[in-house]
Amino acid sequence: MSGESGPGEWVLLSYRVPREPSTPRIAVWRKLKRLGVAQISDGLVALPADPRTREQLEWVAEEVTDAGGSAAIWIARPGTVGYEHGLAAAMAADRAAEYRAIIDAAREAAAVGPDAKPAAVRRLRGELRRVTRRDYFPPPERDQAQAAVEALAAEPASRRAAREPA
Amino acid sequence: MKWATRAGVHIDRAACAWLIRRHIDPTAQFVFVTDPAGVPADATPFDMPGAALSHHGGDCSFETLLRHYDLTDPVLWHIAAIVHEADLDDERYDAPEAPGLDAVVRGLSMTCADQQILQITHPVFDALYEYHRQGMLHGREPA
Repeated sequence: MSGESGPGEWVLLSYRVPREPSTPRIAVWRKLKRLGVAQISDGLVALPADPRTREQLEWVAEEVTDAGGSAAIWIARPGTVGYEHGLAAAMAADRAAEYRAIIDAAREAAAVGPDAKPAAVRRLRGELRRVTRRDYFPPPERDQAQAAVEALAAEPASRRAAREPA
Repeated sequence: MKWATRAGVHIDRAACAWLIRRHIDPTAQFVFVTDPAGVPADATPFDMPGAALSHHGGDCSFETLLRHYDLTDPVLWHIAAIVHEADLDDERYDAPEAPGLDAVVRGLSMTCADQQILQITHPVFDALYEYHRQGMLHGREPA
């Protein structure tokens, strides 16, 4: 993904899933969302190419064909560096929104009673891990979300200690 | 028998190779290919797009192998849950071992050749099997 030497390699999945039954179509859509793909157009999604992203999209392709649809995997380069930057920026913006939701949830959890905090920390750490996993172009919000969750994790103990009778 | 899978072994393929040697074909020989077209005519492909012994219906290849060969050992199905989560991370199962195992095998794929990864992971899966077998036997986590 080096901007100076031209666009990098991307793995593309072109696919078409029958409208009915809707269960496999929704399962495919959920999987692609979970992978954090860039939607290039209807039925065409992309991820920066590496062995893992390629494999993940290959399995989705398999699922599409198992469901009676058609799918193909392509390795491609965006025609211009500018277009690649646009793709990366759109993906980073999607992740940034997800990180902001985590930051908001951490602040809300800090406002409620300390009893609910351990569960909130567990949930938000899991959510953070899932978002980080599909984050290929980390926006500044990533570090902020990490800090917000760790601050929440650190908080209850010190408050409880402060409330402890002398 | 000859078995073929994709080069660049990761968790599902390492687990499948262990399962094949342990429970399906003790004399199994493994070849690694970069394209499905490169599978030798006399080899059974697994964990490859287009193969029967691969991901199907939301299952990872390890689960597909268990179903295909009618392996009902609950310890193997417990390992299947770990492999599934390490490979697909879709939260179908609760498998706290998965992220750790995933990191170790991912690291091995950076430092070792494919045959070597199988040599290293084989006793690891043996150990995982024994650990969970003891756990099921005694109904609690072994010491």
